[in-house]
Amino acid sequence: MKNYMKKSLMALPFMMLGLTAPLHADERMPVVTDELTKAECSACHMAYQPGFLPARSWKTIMSTLDSHFGEDASLSEADRSAIEAYLVANAADAGGRNSWMLRGVGENDYILRISEMPWWVREHRGEVSQRAWARAGSKANCTACHRGADQGWYDDD
Amino acid sequence: MKKRRTHLGITAAALVVAGSLAAIAEPGDTSASQLISEFSAQAGSAPSAARGEALFMGTHTGGKPETPSCTTCHTNNPKASGKTRAGKVIEPMALSANPMRFTDSAKVAKWFRRNCNSVLGRECSAEEKADVLAWLSSI
Repeated sequence: MKNYMKKSLMALPFMMLGLTAPLHADERMPVVTDELTKAECSACHMAYQPGFLPARSWKTIMSTLDSHFGEDASLSEADRSAIEAYLVANAADAGGRNSWMLRGVGENDYILRISEMPWWVREHRGEVSQRAWARAGSKANCTACHRGADQGWYDDD
Repeated sequence: MKKRRTHLGITAAALVVAGSLAAIAEPGDTSASQLISEFSAQAGSAPSAARGEALFMGTHTGGKPETPSCTTCHTNNPKASGKTRAGKVIEPMALSANPMRFTDSAKVAKWFRRNCNSVLGRECSAEEKADVLAWLSSI
């Protein structure tokens, strides 16, 4: 018993680390490998990695492209459905390494902006100066600060 | 047999060359002047660079509140780069600053469709398209 407790206590810091290490910032985010997705999304903004949002978010985004955050980003139906299929297959809840990003997201939460995901808010809180925000111009502009964002690297903060 | 194989090889090489030529040629399926003629023929009126400038530079109310004008993203200098609302650089729209503009008919159709809807809340008419292209290729 004593031995067991000792072992548990020794493991505690590591457990805490596992529970609270929020960002896995030293890990590379799996990049967009689908050429059509890359080309179409990056016409206006970085082709965000699909692992940043759950499938239901991507489905909603891809079915409302005619009014996409204040712009018409509509596609042909063939391209739209192909891109949606790729995003859904690689979403945060698709069983990959990104499921931790869903912590704090309710099953009925349809978060459409990556910058409104709880982990994103947590990570950027108090981290980014007014000047840096002004330079980026938009929270959608990951590469303004994370130079390697489109290659999946976000550990430069 | 050997000869035949060589023949096949040449045919294959020719196909590869033809294929890559087609791939290179594909985006250049049109030009600003060709599009202007097509749109004005559809409209049944002569293109007007002045009308095109007014449309491009104007502030409109029919579309999405985030994008009241072409200049929201393209700036009021089409010879300079613009910026999307998400911060990405948009190459210049003026033909003199960017000779690759308006050489891909599918691309032109796609962005007129999207951006006229964003800015005006409707598709652009053939006359409006001819006018805007006339202005952007005259400056």
